[in-house]
Amino acid sequence: MKALVPVKRVIDYNVKPRVKADGTGVDLANVKMSMNPFDEIAVEEAIRLKESGAVTEIIAISVGPAKAQETLRTALAMGADSAILVETDDEVEPLAVAKILKAAAAEVQPGLIILGKQAIDDDSNQTGQMLAALMNLPQGTFASKVVVEGDSVTVTREVDGGLETVKLSLPAIVTTDLRLNEPRYASLPNIMKAKKKPLDVKTPADYGVDITPRIKTLKVAEPPVRQAGIKVADVDELVAKLKNMGVA
Amino acid sequence: MKTLVWVEHDNSAMADATLAAVTAAGKLGEVHLLVAGSGCRAVAEQAAQIAGVGKVHLADNAAYANALAENVAPLVVDLMSHHDAFVAPATSHGKNITPRVAALLDVMQISDILSVEGEKTFTRPTYAGNAIATVESTDAKLVITVRGTAFDKAETTGGSATIEDVSGAGDAGLSSFVGAEIAKNERPELTSAKIIVSGGRALKDSETFQQVIMPLADKLGAGVGASRAAVDAGYVPNDYQVGQTGKIVAPEVYIAIGISGAIQHLAGMKDSKTIIAINKDEDAPIFQVADIGLVGDLFKIVPELTEKL
Repeated sequence: MKALVPVKRVIDYNVKPRVKADGTGVDLANVKMSMNPFDEIAVEEAIRLKESGAVTEIIAISVGPAKAQETLRTALAMGADSAILVETDDEVEPLAVAKILKAAAAEVQPGLIILGKQAIDDDSNQTGQMLAALMNLPQGTFASKVVVEGDSVTVTREVDGGLETVKLSLPAIVTTDLRLNEPRYASLPNIMKAKKKPLDVKTPADYGVDITPRIKTLKVAEPPVRQAGIKVADVDELVAKLKNMGVA
Repeated sequence: MKTLVWVEHDNSAMADATLAAVTAAGKLGEVHLLVAGSGCRAVAEQAAQIAGVGKVHLADNAAYANALAENVAPLVVDLMSHHDAFVAPATSHGKNITPRVAALLDVMQISDILSVEGEKTFTRPTYAGNAIATVESTDAKLVITVRGTAFDKAETTGGSATIEDVSGAGDAGLSSFVGAEIAKNERPELTSAKIIVSGGRALKDSETFQQVIMPLADKLGAGVGASRAAVDAGYVPNDYQVGQTGKIVAPEVYIAIGISGAIQHLAGMKDSKTIIAINKDEDAPIFQVADIGLVGDLFKIVPELTEKL
């Protein structure tokens, strides 16, 4: 069974985003970019499934600018077998990404599509569920455990009160949560090898998908800034403050 | 505009998260509710009493018992033929089901709204709440999830909506529910707690977390949260996590103990009314958002605080 792993190039997890002065978006010029952390977990899970024999081939795919090739090379260095870049400089909304992925999946014919539950830039948390809807496939979102057995996959999900387990018929879509695994670092020899692995470049038009945005961003602003308050010297002073506030 | 609001419940009682979604939907127009579940008529009766609700659609079917998205989404899509907006709380059910509905309707969802600015205009957080976007939908219908802490809760009494039974296709045959491990917790739920005591990696291990954090929480009748670092290290289960990818909370008082204040943690609690931080590192970022800070050894401070309160 093949695994298709969609990955997104986003601002690095450790960088504090700055809103542009003109309020049109977040300043990404000269900012360190990386693979979306949840997608890294998805790549790792696909590799582990390949190591256990459940998956035979891993295809990474990204929708984004030419530089997203770097993100795909990271996936290849970690252990993906081949990659597809669907190149566009436009911002592509989750619904359009899902349509592109559906078209790509029709060619690749994966048994499992595994991707991050959300990207840390737009925080939408939509693409996996939308893809499942468009393909009429089951979805195991926010996964903390994935077990493939025969023609089904059992997914343990992180939900509000704890954990929940569902059984899905394959093919299926799985979206990853933080505690599914700890992604490996690519070794230097594997980074070198990744440069020779196949990477196809396509466009949204190749898949016949209209990526015109449905949502207009009117303005992007900094959140209200919280001012640092006071420091108290000891517990007694803290207790006095708490009592003043009516706590305890 | 006619809205359809997803009622969050466990088949016996409605969850509070529903009420913020009702308030948000009320700003758009007429509010109808959907109670989908199994043996859940009591929930529909409870929901019918929410102030301002026009109608409750009740879909009672074994296939809807655990809100599997594969089964529930087609039901919502059917009902959307005579509604203009689907509004769900941004709970784990809401986040799981809503995008599936949106894609089936060919609508681009607006996630986690913070405010309603106009008929099709909303604000929503991006980049872990570091950038607030004002967005306008151009789709014919709206599909929205609502951040619970951003809207007042609708009144749970005063309404007298009619309950209308609806049927859907039931089991889509794609997925089945195996089981759940839902933590039994006597403490207030994080997203509705008035006071939260939260612990970070500095708590060392699970046992120490229990010994230091819990007595203070008990004394204050507080909910208990944790940073991602503390959850990843296994001190507490995942449902304690406060942050960008965990729970978003906004209590009256948030007490952060041994939490340095990573961006993704701040994203989950910076709308709290009063933030109190206890940390041994006086340069920890948490102090930049804290109203009251106390620098020192938490293992001395917290027991003393618990004692003196």
